[in-house]
Amino acid sequence: MSTSAEKIVTSTHDGQKAEHKQRKWQDYFTFNTDHKVIGIQYLVTAFLFYFVGGALAEVMRTELATPEPDLVQPEFYNQIMTMHGTIMLFLWIIPAGAAFANFLIPLMIGAEDMAFPRLNAVAYWMFPIGGILLMSSFFVGPAQAGWTSYPPLSLVASKWGQEIWILSILILGTSTILGSINFITTILKMRMPDMDIHSMPLFCWSMLATSGLILLGTPVLAAALILLSFDLIAGTSFFNPAGGGDPIVYQHMFWFYSHPAVYIMVLPFFGIISEVLPVHARKPIFGYRAIAYSSLAIAFLGLIVWAHHMFTSGTPGWLRMFFMATTMVIAVPTGIKVFSWTATIWGGKINLNSAMLFGVGFISLFLIGGLSGIMVASVPFDIHVHDTYFVVAHFHYVLFGGSVLALFAGIYHWFPKMTGRMLNETWGRIHFALTYIGFNLTFLPMHQLGIQGMNRRVALYDAQFQSVNMICTIGSYILAVSTLPFVVNVLWSVFKGEKAGRNPWRALTLEWQTSSPPAIENFEEEPVLWAGPYEYGVDTEMIDEDSSIEEMLAEVSAEAK
Amino acid sequence: MNIPSNIVTLIVGIVVTLLSLWYGQNHGLLPVAASSEAVQIDELFNFMMTVSTGLFLLIEGILIYSVIKFRRPKGDTTDGSPIEGNVPLEILWTAIPTVIVLILAIYSFEVYNAMGGLDPMAAHDMGPHTVARAESNSKENLIAFDPDRKQVALGLGVSPETKEGENQLVINVNGIQYAWIFTYPESGIVSGDMHIPVGRPVKLNITAGDVLHAFWLPEFRLKQDAVPGREVQLTFTPNRVGQYPIICAELCGAYHGGMKSQLYVQTEEEYQQWLQQNTLAQSDVESTLAANAASSSDSEFLAPLAAEIGVEADTIAQLHALHHHPLNAEL
Repeated sequence: MSTSAEKIVTSTHDGQKAEHKQRKWQDYFTFNTDHKVIGIQYLVTAFLFYFVGGALAEVMRTELATPEPDLVQPEFYNQIMTMHGTIMLFLWIIPAGAAFANFLIPLMIGAEDMAFPRLNAVAYWMFPIGGILLMSSFFVGPAQAGWTSYPPLSLVASKWGQEIWILSILILGTSTILGSINFITTILKMRMPDMDIHSMPLFCWSMLATSGLILLGTPVLAAALILLSFDLIAGTSFFNPAGGGDPIVYQHMFWFYSHPAVYIMVLPFFGIISEVLPVHARKPIFGYRAIAYSSLAIAFLGLIVWAHHMFTSGTPGWLRMFFMATTMVIAVPTGIKVFSWTATIWGGKINLNSAMLFGVGFISLFLIGGLSGIMVASVPFDIHVHDTYFVVAHFHYVLFGGSVLALFAGIYHWFPKMTGRMLNETWGRIHFALTYIGFNLTFLPMHQLGIQGMNRRVALYDAQFQSVNMICTIGSYILAVSTLPFVVNVLWSVFKGEKAGRNPWRALTLEWQTSSPPAIENFEEEPVLWAGPYEYGVDTEMIDEDSSIEEMLAEVSAEAK
Repeated sequence: MNIPSNIVTLIVGIVVTLLSLWYGQNHGLLPVAASSEAVQIDELFNFMMTVSTGLFLLIEGILIYSVIKFRRPKGDTTDGSPIEGNVPLEILWTAIPTVIVLILAIYSFEVYNAMGGLDPMAAHDMGPHTVARAESNSKENLIAFDPDRKQVALGLGVSPETKEGENQLVINVNGIQYAWIFTYPESGIVSGDMHIPVGRPVKLNITAGDVLHAFWLPEFRLKQDAVPGREVQLTFTPNRVGQYPIICAELCGAYHGGMKSQLYVQTEEEYQQWLQQNTLAQSDVESTLAANAASSSDSEFLAPLAAEIGVEADTIAQLHALHHHPLNAEL
């Protein structure tokens, strides 16, 4: 770390000057090793894919407005359904989590950059390459066996589309492995000297848990996909029953990664919520250690629950009981988190701005996803609703109501830090209202559809479900419209938004100690750890000074000038 | 913490409890239940719905109350009270979910046992068998369960403490893109719909001919994947006459959504009538299927004819004419 010590000296020196170097817009299109550039690159690229995946979802919902397959051919429906799932998971939620991790971790722990900046840039650039490769499969007919790609179907439908899908997931998986190596090393080795592991922000804890899951799970998925690829193009029979293979083995290997992947997709956003709520409720996070350790507990338990996706598959009875028990235990650490977040808000001084609206909205919707999650953990009930719209509703409540709402909370919260400008509050609230209404209208009725007998992944369905499906389709249009105020707001605010200053939210975590957007190498002078990440209300009581934080920050900025 | 007075808390608690109990029984989400096991699953779901409603009302109520009550007045830049935790409270809300999931796990285990999920004949997996896909529709593969070979299958077996093991009606189920084929080894009938008499235990031996399928009976709350090369068993007893959908619930290709069939639970007389009609209609094909069944005399009689048969398309065409249920299969 001798180089970094030198850098601190130079950056301190630079800090004395009136102006620090700024990133040029061209930097965002190059192989740049600055973690903040990479974070923005991840975020913008993920959003581009989000719009593609969302457009595919709208085609699906339009098709499902009527029971007959009238808008698109059933085969094409399965292709866009497969692509929607793959894009939203591998090109939207997972990279968006990596975006926040890249941008925030070094700032939060007082480091100048990630531990391996070049590796970090390599990890990023594999993401658009994998994404464009996946998109290219539209020219040969994309995979159509669902994002799970269960053989034998994946071996007999859309051969080259399936092969491109496999290669693309392998590239994206490698990218996440490289990223998580970086996150773990940075969090464990590069914290500023005063910061012990129990005084780092909870977002870092959640990324520690997430990265561990990625390192343990992704190689197993890669193995499964490579074997599937051999079955597909080399005629082997690892999973092909026609040659003596076993399709159930693929399911085990796939879910050994893909159940933890659910936590890979949601844990970073648990971390974001743990950051956003205390700042805007002006109250310390309730139960810091409980939240930190419950992330690790969820990650550990997440590794031993995978076969609950296979309760109706080739799973013997005793194994079903084992996986039911482990799955239900996850409700305990998850419950601790939900209760702790709720207690954080209770008795606070809540500033109900866009970030907080999305934060509270996250708890309210994730709760529904969690409760239906306990239901589907129960084997007898899961046997009924497995592979139905009940499950579609469940995981959208977890991944959209949970992850995506928290993601927007994070954007409204850190946009001032990322760009130096505030987002428009009115449009932010409109965005929230449309998202919340549209989301619930789309996905709440799906619970009923599934219980009453509508199976998932169908382009045509029984006429008795039409009216409810129409409601879902209307909801999905509202959801599509809800992104418009957001996009306009972001584009307008980047250039014309109100200047944010260092710390518009009067937050205590370290990223708010530096300028907005942060200088290259992050801190003009070595950051001072003068408060824990969530010690709201403490100074007020002790020193009896209302604006102690602001004054101290003013002092710091005065020194900087 | 600023906890409201006890009497208000008490009233809120009672209201939440009553609302949960009411909604847990009156959600109206489930379709009709056509077997006694389905009723048990519904009771389990109602229990989960009750607990979920309670937790939902509690948390959402606190959230809504908080964002209304604890709003920051304009211009107020002070912080809330610096409460960083509360160990007794945290122990309480760790204990509550623990107890709930413990009760739920035991309850689910009991229901699953009552469904026959832990029947040793059904609960062990002996691994897959090799099948060539081209031959998977041949009639040999449809006769799945052979007690003499001591093969046991996956799925749901005989419920303990019932007489489901006696007088079972065995039906072999084969899922192919995009149809279900039901073979009755007793009578030799091959059908595109399933007809069963009410009150008699049914044992299905499920397999698939090409890709994965899943055999789903929503009104019986039963689902089991059909896996090529594996035999899976599903045992249940219908207790309600009616016509119910049979749905494929595992993505199996473009027309997965159209892979549907009908289950007719009939009175004993109606079933016998159907049996007779179809036995007559299919007497020329049954010999190959009924080698081990009660009608051995018939099969001996018809044995010489067996060589002349074997065209699947004919069978299907007959079924088509009989039931007016077009099969989407391209056989």
